[in-house]
Parts: sequence; C-alpha cells; structure tokens
Amino acid sequence: MEFFNSYILTLLILTPVVGALVLALLNKEKAETLRRTAFGFGLLTFVFSLHLVARFSSGQSGFQFAENHAWIPAYGIRYHVGVDGISLWLVILATFLTVVSILASWKGIEKRVKEFFIFILLLEAGMIGVFLSLDLFLFYVFWEVMLVPMYFLIGIWGHGRRIYAAVKFIIYTAVGSALMLVAILSLYFLNARATGVYTFDFPIWLNNIASNRLWIDPHIQNWLFLAFFASFAIKVPIFPLHTWLPDAHTEAPTAGSVLLAGVLLKMGTYGLLRFNVQLFPEATRTFTPFIITLAIIGIIYGALVAMVQPDLKRMVAYSSVSHLGFVVLGIFVFNMQGVEGAIYQMLNHGISTGGLFLIVGMIYERRHTREIAEFGGLATPMPRLATCFMIITLSSIGLPLLNGFVGEFLILVGGFGASIARAKLYTSLAATGVVWGAVYMLWMYQRVMLGEVTHEANKSLPDLSGREKWVLVPLILLALWMGIYPQFFLRKMDASVSRLLNPPIVMMVQK
Amino acid sequence: MFNQYFQPNDILIIYPELLLALFAMGVMIIDLFLDRAWKVLNAFTALVGIAYAAYALYRLKSNALNLSGYNHAILNDSFAIYFQFVFLIATALVILISARYLSIEGENRGDYYALILLSLIGMNFMVMGIDLITLYIALELMAVSEYILVGYLRTNRQSNEAAMKFFLLGAFSSGILLYGISLLYGISGSTDLRVIAQRLAERPSHDPIALVAVVTLTAGLLFKIGGVPFHQWLPDAYEGAPSTITTFISVAPKAASFALILRIFIVGLKPLETSWVPVLSVVCVLTMTLGNITAISQSNIKRLLAYSSIAHAGYLLLGLIAGNEYGITGIAIYFLVYAFMNIGIWTLVVAMRRKDLIGDQIQDMAGMIYKNPGAAVLMLVFLLSLAGIPPTAGFIGKYYLFASVIQTHHYVLAVIAVLNAAISLYYYFRVVVVMFMSEKTDEEKMTLSPGVLTSLAVTLVFTLLIGIYPEPFIRFAQNSLSLFQ
Repeated sequence: MEFFNSYILTLLILTPVVGALVLALLNKEKAETLRRTAFGFGLLTFVFSLHLVARFSSGQSGFQFAENHAWIPAYGIRYHVGVDGISLWLVILATFLTVVSILASWKGIEKRVKEFFIFILLLEAGMIGVFLSLDLFLFYVFWEVMLVPMYFLIGIWGHGRRIYAAVKFIIYTAVGSALMLVAILSLYFLNARATGVYTFDFPIWLNNIASNRLWIDPHIQNWLFLAFFASFAIKVPIFPLHTWLPDAHTEAPTAGSVLLAGVLLKMGTYGLLRFNVQLFPEATRTFTPFIITLAIIGIIYGALVAMVQPDLKRMVAYSSVSHLGFVVLGIFVFNMQGVEGAIYQMLNHGISTGGLFLIVGMIYERRHTREIAEFGGLATPMPRLATCFMIITLSSIGLPLLNGFVGEFLILVGGFGASIARAKLYTSLAATGVVWGAVYMLWMYQRVMLGEVTHEANKSLPDLSGREKWVLVPLILLALWMGIYPQFFLRKMDASVSRLLNPPIVMMVQK
Repeated sequence: MFNQYFQPNDILIIYPELLLALFAMGVMIIDLFLDRAWKVLNAFTALVGIAYAAYALYRLKSNALNLSGYNHAILNDSFAIYFQFVFLIATALVILISARYLSIEGENRGDYYALILLSLIGMNFMVMGIDLITLYIALELMAVSEYILVGYLRTNRQSNEAAMKFFLLGAFSSGILLYGISLLYGISGSTDLRVIAQRLAERPSHDPIALVAVVTLTAGLLFKIGGVPFHQWLPDAYEGAPSTITTFISVAPKAASFALILRIFIVGLKPLETSWVPVLSVVCVLTMTLGNITAISQSNIKRLLAYSSIAHAGYLLLGLIAGNEYGITGIAIYFLVYAFMNIGIWTLVVAMRRKDLIGDQIQDMAGMIYKNPGAAVLMLVFLLSLAGIPPTAGFIGKYYLFASVIQTHHYVLAVIAVLNAAISLYYYFRVVVVMFMSEKTDEEKMTLSPGVLTSLAVTLVFTLLIGIYPEPFIRFAQNSLSLFQ
C-alpha cells in the first residue's frame, strides 16, 4: 500500500503503456482477446485512478502524491508529477472515458483492431501525463506524444475525409505547441538568469514569481502569455482558431471523438488555468477583456452554427465550441464560483458531449448515415436509446438536477460577481448561449427522435444492446450524481482553486 | 632525426587515421584475391578497420596526451575526438547496409569500401585540423572520395550525372573557399586559426578585406552543408547516388563539414562575429524554410529526404548563430542523433531496392504496414524523430538547437524555426499516410539482409534511447565544448 501511494501517478501513466506493449505482442487475428485485454488495462487504470480520489485529501491546496526524480540533471529537467484539486477530476475523466471508448468500439472497429487499441491506450497515457506533469519539459513531451495516436485514430479509422482531418488536426496543434516550446524555453532562461537555477519545475517557477525573485517585464510577459495562449486556444478551441475541430470530430471514429471532445479539449482549458493564469498574472489582466470577448463570440457563434448543421456529428462538434466558451469565460472571471464552475463544466462537457458522440456513433452503426434529415421518429423503434439520448441532451443543455446546470450556473454566478469591467454585460451575453443551446439541442432531438418514422430503413432499427447499455448507463448515473450532489466533486477542488486565486507568498510542495 | 616540424608524438595523434589508411589499402589488395561470392568479406575488412580505429581513438581519449602535433597544424582535442566517434559510428552503419545493396546493383568491388575509409580519414582530419591548409586538404580528400562514390554505379546514367554535377559545383565551391583562405592568410600572415583570430581582433571591426574573406569562406562552406542558396546540387546528388552513398553523405560528411565550420567560425572568425551572425541568420531562415516547403511537393522519397536534410542543415545553423555552449552541445548531440535517425530511415530506403524495383517513390511504400509491419513501424519512429516529436531522439536534438537561440535572445529566429518544424510534420506525415493508410499495391516484400537488420536494430535502439534517457549522451556530447578552449 505504501508503494502504491508513492508511485500511484507513475503507475497511472505506465499501466496503459504496458497494456499497449502487451497488445503489440498478441496475435492480431484474435480480435476478441485484443478487445478484452485493452478493456482490462483500461479498467485497471481507471481503478488506480479511483485510488487517487479515495486518498486525496481535500483540505490541502498543494500537489499530492508527488514524485520528483532527476531525468536529465545536466539541464535541470526532472520527472516531476503531482495532482491537485484542479487536475484530479480531469485525470479521472480521462481514465473513465477511455474505458467507455474501449467499450464503445467493441463492434464499430472491425479492421486493424490491434493497432486501434494500442493507440487508444497510448493516447490515454499521454492524456494522463499532460494532467499530471509539473515539469514544463515533461509537460511538453506528453503534450506532443499525445498527437501521434490521435492522428492515427482519425486517419485510419475515421470516415470520409479522414486524412485531411487528421493532417489539419496535427498541423494546427503542432503550430500551437511549437510556439509554446519557445515560451517554455524563454521562461527557463529568464528564471535561470534571475535565480541562477536551471529548472523547468513548475512549482519552483511559481514560487519565484510569487516571491518576486523572478520578475518578468510586462512586455515580455505579454509575448510569453500569447505563445502559451496560442497553443491552448487552438486546443480548446477558442474562436477563431476552432476550424480544425469540426473536421476532426466529424471524421474521427466514435472513440476518437469521445476522447477528443471529452479529454483533449480540456487540456487547452486546463493549460490556460494552470499555466497562463498562474505564470503571467499581469499579462492575464491585460488580455482578460480580449479573451472574454472571444469566449462570448465562441459561445454564440458555436451555438448558431450548430443550429444549422445538417450532420448530427458536426452539430455536436460545434456545440463543443459553444460549451468550451463557457469554460474559458469561467476561468477568466477569477473568482471561486467562476473557476470551480469552469472546472466542473470541463467534466460535464466530457460526460455530456462524450455521451452525445457515443449515441451518434450508435445511430451511425445502425444506419450508416449522420444526416439529420435521414432520421425522424427514431424513438419508436428505439425507446431505450431515445431515453438515454434525452437525458444526455438535457444534461448538455443544463437542466437543473443534471450536471450541466451546476457548471453553467456557477460560471454565470461567477461572471455576475466578477470584478472586471462590464462583467454584467459579458455575462448576460453569455447567458443567451444557454438559451441557444436549448434551442439547437431540443430542435435536433425533435427532428431525430420524435414524430412519425419517415424513412422505411428506420423502422426496424434494433434498440440498445447489452454492451451499449453498459456504455451509456454509467455516464447517465454520473450526470445525475454530479447534478444532485456536486459538493462531492467541488469539495476536492476548493483548496487548490482558492490558492490559485490568492497565491500565498511561499508555496509548499507536497512530497 | 626529429626537427621542429616532426615530433614522435605526432604519429600517436593520428594513429586511428594511419590504421584506417592501412585498412583502406588492405581492402583493395584483398579484393584482388576474392571470388565473386566472397566479396562480402570486403565489408568485413572495412568494419574491422573501423573497429581498430575506434579502439585507438578510445585509447587516445583516455591517455591525456598533449594532443597538438605537426607543428600545431593538428589539434586532436575532445571536440575532434567526439566528432570522430560520430563519423566512425555512421561509417560502420553504412558499411553494414552496403554489401547486399552493391550485389543487387552488380557493383560489388573493394574500392567502394576503400573510398569510404579514405573519405573517413579526410573527415577525421577536418575535425582535427586547426590550420587552414590541413583543413583544406582534408576537405578535398573527403570530397574527392565522395565524388567518385556518388558516380559509383558506372552503368547508371543518373548516378553519373549526379557525380558530374556534384563534382563541378564542388570544385567551384572549393575554389571560392580557397580564395577566402588566401585572403585570411593575406590579412594575418598565418594559416593557424588561433593566430588568425588574434590578428583579426587587432584590426578594425568593419575591415572590408576581412568581410570579403568571411563572405567567400561562408559561401564555400555553405555549399558543403547544402545551405541555401548553395543547395541545388544536393537533391540531384542524393537522388542519383547509390542509396548507400546517399546515406553516407547525408550524415558523416555533413557532420564533418559542420565541425569544420564550427572550428573556423568559433575559433578563427570569432572577432568578426558581428558581421557573420546576420549573414548566417538569413541563410538559416532561407535554408529551413526552402528545405521544408520544397520537401512538401516531392514524390520521390530520396528527394524528399534530401530537402528534409537541407532543412535540418538550417536548424543546425541555429546552434552556430547562438555560438554558446548550448548551441555547440546542440550541434554535437544533433549529429549523433542525426546519424542514427537518418541512417535508420535511409537503411529502409536502401532495403526497398529490390531486384526489379527501384523502390524510391513514396507510392512504393503504399500499405507497407500490411506487407512489412516491422519496417513500417521503424519508419514511423525515424520519421517522428526527424520531425522532432518526443520521446524520440530528434526532439532532444531540436530542443538544444532551439534553446540555444532563445538563450541568446534570437526570438524571431526561434519562432521561425519552430514553425518550420511544424511545417515539416506535414510532409513527414504524408509518408506515414502512404504507409499506414493506403492499400498495398504489390506483394513484393522487403529483403532484409543481416547487415540491414543489424543497422536497423542499432539505429532504432539509439533513436529511442537518446530520446528517453539522453543524460549519458549529453555528457558525451559535452566533450565538444573543448572548442572554446
């Protein structure tokens, strides 16, 4: 147990990698064995991550379960990982959605099963690594590593214009992360010049900034902020850098879309919250009006564009642009409600949009089309799927007692109470997004599910299979749990978020 | 019998090169007695020579001798020794993959290996020399051997054409280089780089003659590394040369030329830094950008890799522009990394050459994952490394070079460089798309000889190892910092 506590984070990163290696050794003809092995390793990682929740102590604001080993001592590069209230739930989200995606790919993926699950597991390792890294060099490594499996997931198992979508995804992300690398290195040298210590260690940098040992000229700070921002904004994506997203989401296989929307987008908002806001406090203040404006444009623009999409999956993709706009808004209002709401909304979006992609995937597997016009009255042949779809749609809209409500409510409360200029105007505009969201989601639901069955082919569609229930029911239960008793989740964030908003002069790193 | 020009120690300093010369001649003589079926022994002889030379070099490194000899014309410092190790590794890997390829081409003769060893000797002297005349002769020894090797396929017109272009342009650039050398001699009255540095420092900083010398030297040297605008020979030579020779000249001579450039610029021309840094910055940006953008439209894998190697020369110039410890270590580690990843990828290109298939079109790799899954995965690793994606070695190399210019506040250069690295992903992944996402067009599998397999295993292991645990390799590369002493 002691060993478990000290190395749990490394175990989390390594378990999927080991899983991928094991899969690589298995016979590629035995699809069922491959699926089960992948599922086993996914589940194992998820169970390990639950151990984090169980042993996480809510009162502490610092990083817990930290591991800190020298990696390239010649240049002060360390393997430093840790988890705090901000990253905790995101890690769980990643491990949880991986299990769900593996289950969801059981039938849909028929060709090259072995490689598929290898890439899913490698992607999981990358995602967990990104959320856990406390050394910027390590962070960058995981950030880049993750690109490759996602590229293959879209490029090999995607639909239609998959290669175009995959290349667009990788080029966009690579341009962003390239700029981030420049900023990370600049900070590294700035810090070394100021303190004489060559390190990429994030807590040490923060400490130096908080104690004014590392003072960055506001002009330089703005550039560094923008470099980080470029990378994260592309990932979120913040309007107008979102154009890769509809293609990638639409062409990706279901599991790819779920992980892309559910977890990868959160890396962007996580990065903004963890690095931009904390490393560059002055620049953050400078750019806040600008970013909030972009976020609101994103909320409204995403919703309007989603409304007119004829393709179900593309509609869900654009709804992500809108939802992530809320998250960005929550981060940049800088108060307890806003930031906690933003983190909460990241989780909600993972669950509800993940769920939507899963359901679209299930419908696609049955009908091999995603055109909304091709559907209508699907509730008649598939009542159970319709019920699940309804609950997840409502969760996405933000109906009270479901998870979406809590996040949006917190963000809007935070927005109205924010101490920034024209906060009320901004927040009112953002609040219209909630209405738009209800409009396009319900309208879509009505066109797809309700009414008479208009197409012959839709009459005899089978309802949810046993496996599909196992995919959707956990998501729905979580949505309910998070909607009814948010305190369980919020409590663990409190200490870290309040420290983020009021940084103490000297911070302790939990060993 | 010894006079001031010759000390007994001198022989010891060049002992590895003497061994190599002996083996180069030995290969040719042994070749005369070999039956056609036993020609593979030539490769063994050459490998044994390299092993001996490596051992001798290792002994030199451990016995801290006074490593300056031949009346201070040669300085075998740890910078030189580091690069010689890189050359030896690269040459050994190339020899491993040559035997099978040459027998397919029907040109399996001993002089091939002799020429490779001779060019290796040239390269060794290029990094040891600190005297312009020594450096020039060493450079020519390397270059002349290369000209012959590029045209080694006597009956192949493309190979001949490549050799001719390479030779003419190479000779021309050597002429320009020599002109620069003569100007430096005229200014300083010496061919010793250290003396030249002293003399240059005494002169006014914007001395027109010194500037002309710098420009001509730069032009001549840029030709050797394929820097824009002196890069035109490179894609043709790379495409026309036998693939094994392309593998060789894309790594070892390029590393040697770079080491030579470092020696000349960092030691000899240091006082003129303010005049060559802006020139090289422009060249660096052009080289990276042109290499990467032109590579996008290539359909031949050899040409694609040729343009990619032009782009890599651009990245390497970053280290020289920074000219600090990070930059020099960066260039040193980059060549070690480059030796493994580039030879790895070229080995696969060599292996695609089958009896009746040229195999150098990107389209020939279609569906490689179905035919040769192992080779496809290896190719992926090498491509990722060339693109600089962690956790491969290429990332460590790029990291150093980018970090070096950021340390010296060349932010614009750094941003252009990282954006270039992002562009390069596009064409590297184009190859990945063909390998992993296209259907196979034929059933022809690769022929993997034991030599090719060994080379692939070594390059793969080091490409990943340097990426995941770079510490020991960085310490090794830091040997090159003796350049500053």
